Amino acid sequence: MIKDKDLTQTPIAVEDLTVAYRDEPVLWDVDVTVPEGTLMAIVGPNGAGKSTLIKTILGLMKPSAGRVLVYGKPYPQQRHLVAYVPQRGSVDWDFPTNALDVVIMGRYGHLGWIRRPGSSDRALALESLRKVGMEAFAERQISQLSGGQQQRVFLARALVQNAQIYLMDEPFQGVDATTEKAIIDVLRTLKSEGRTVVVVHHDLETVPEYFDHVLLLNVRAIASGEVSTTFTPENLRLAYGGRMDLLLDGARR
Amino acid sequence: MINQAQIEIMLVASLVAAACALPGVFLVLRRVALMSDAISHTVLFGIVIGFLFVRDIHSPWLILFAAAAGVLTVSLTELLLRTRRMGEDAAIGLVFPALFSIAVIIITRDFSSIHIDTDAVLLGELAFAPFNRAVFLGANLPKGVWIMGAILLINLVLLILFYKELKLATFDSALAAALGFSPALIHYGLMASVSVTAVGAFDHVGSILVIALMIAPSAAAYLLTDRLSRMLVISVVIAVASAIGGYYAARLLNVNISGAMASITGVFFVAALIFAPERGLLARAIQRRRRSLRFAEEMLLVHLNRHENTADAATENTLHHLVDELNWTPTFAQSTVQRASQHGFLQRQNGSLNLTDSGRQVAQRALSR
Repeated sequence: MIKDKDLTQTPIAVEDLTVAYRDEPVLWDVDVTVPEGTLMAIVGPNGAGKSTLIKTILGLMKPSAGRVLVYGKPYPQQRHLVAYVPQRGSVDWDFPTNALDVVIMGRYGHLGWIRRPGSSDRALALESLRKVGMEAFAERQISQLSGGQQQRVFLARALVQNAQIYLMDEPFQGVDATTEKAIIDVLRTLKSEGRTVVVVHHDLETVPEYFDHVLLLNVRAIASGEVSTTFTPENLRLAYGGRMDLLLDGARR
Repeated sequence: MINQAQIEIMLVASLVAAACALPGVFLVLRRVALMSDAISHTVLFGIVIGFLFVRDIHSPWLILFAAAAGVLTVSLTELLLRTRRMGEDAAIGLVFPALFSIAVIIITRDFSSIHIDTDAVLLGELAFAPFNRAVFLGANLPKGVWIMGAILLINLVLLILFYKELKLATFDSALAAALGFSPALIHYGLMASVSVTAVGAFDHVGSILVIALMIAPSAAAYLLTDRLSRMLVISVVIAVASAIGGYYAARLLNVNISGAMASITGVFFVAALIFAPERGLLARAIQRRRRSLRFAEEMLLVHLNRHENTADAATENTLHHLVDELNWTPTFAQSTVQRASQHGFLQRQNGSLNLTDSGRQVAQRALSR
């Protein structure tokens, strides 16, 4: 357990967290600390609770037990420090709006209730779109964007929040090579600026290449820490069970 | 000529139409359009319960009870949903007949002497609107103008104030929650405004037209634009046009005004469904046809490209052979070759088909896709 004065320096501290649907635990007594300035991947099999962990950190799901602290305080007091990239499939892309407008939504937290976004918010949103290589698509209706482009719009929306912590739910899921590269560039820039990024990730092969920290999750936290010491065949086997041999073969290829 | 009473009927109907169309847009976008059906019925439950307390059928308090009934409808539906034993359609289908029938039972048992007419609940009677008048700010106008004008104004003000919040919570409720804009609060606020609108409106036009005005113009507008702000404007325009068009249709055919207006909203929707520039059925069919023709052209060019400069090029790359090889009908092969040569992708020489440079590029691009 970390001492309380250190907690204010810790982007995310998850303590004894249990989350359940009814009495079915999805996360079971999870302890994780995300150190400042890291790129952390959350990996684990389907149904391991990866998205649930992110959603609970964001207060979208209520814990049955335990707590989450963001720089030492509950999330509702620290909203402005956290940006969120949800799964692309979580929204209806037929919504009548364009890419720029979606990115401007990232400014709403700073604006608060009732106040309208202004020209400076618009400029920041355009700047964010440029960072993900999407400035040419600013006025494009969102349903006409490819899956990868939609993912980059979501990424731009998170960037425009100018947060300290970025939580991303499977940003690499089903994207093209251009988008994958754009996401990696953004991750590296965020890290170089001293920000903290936590990414739910599916592709075990790329974990050592993209991330410096990893959390292996399967309802329980199997292990977390630096990739070099934590991302070991033993831990992977613990997280993935019998299916691991197959996955390891894949990783060696 | 139209007289004052007719103008007043159209005015009331237009105000109802605009007031319904605004929240209707968000019902359609949130895919909870059926909720307007439920709420437009359960407001009656609110009115009946309210009447038990205040004992005055003209009390403005009844509107608050109606709004509460709308919110109750939504929360009971969500309660049922949370059991995970049924879908939303079944939950709505259980809640609103229950509340509605309780209201009907109370009316027929206890209030047979007073005027809560169950027929009027469904159809309303716009034709009577001019007879029920009220003077306010020195102007003597039908009560419906004042009530619906006030409700429209409230809806408009709420929409302008909370436009950003409604948009965010409708598009991405998880982000709305994460940013601290309670999606539940926004949802219930919207449903309360739907309820107030429904209770004000159904008194004049009946619940069927309330549902039609909330859904059909918004669903049509959804097909016609890809900007939320324009969708709101188009939806209001279609709703008001339906109200006025419906009035004339009713006069022409000598039928119930509300029924005619509801039908016209349907006509607008079907027209949009068929003729909308990008999302209409017609536009889609044209796009599909164009795509399949272009694809046929590409297949042809790829085929020619593959056999180019081979020994059997002379036999393979003829129009006659395409019919066998690609399994096309002779007319389709003929027209595809014609289009490709018009586009400058191939040249015909003594019955054999030769790719041009640009045709070769198209074939190679198609293959590398």
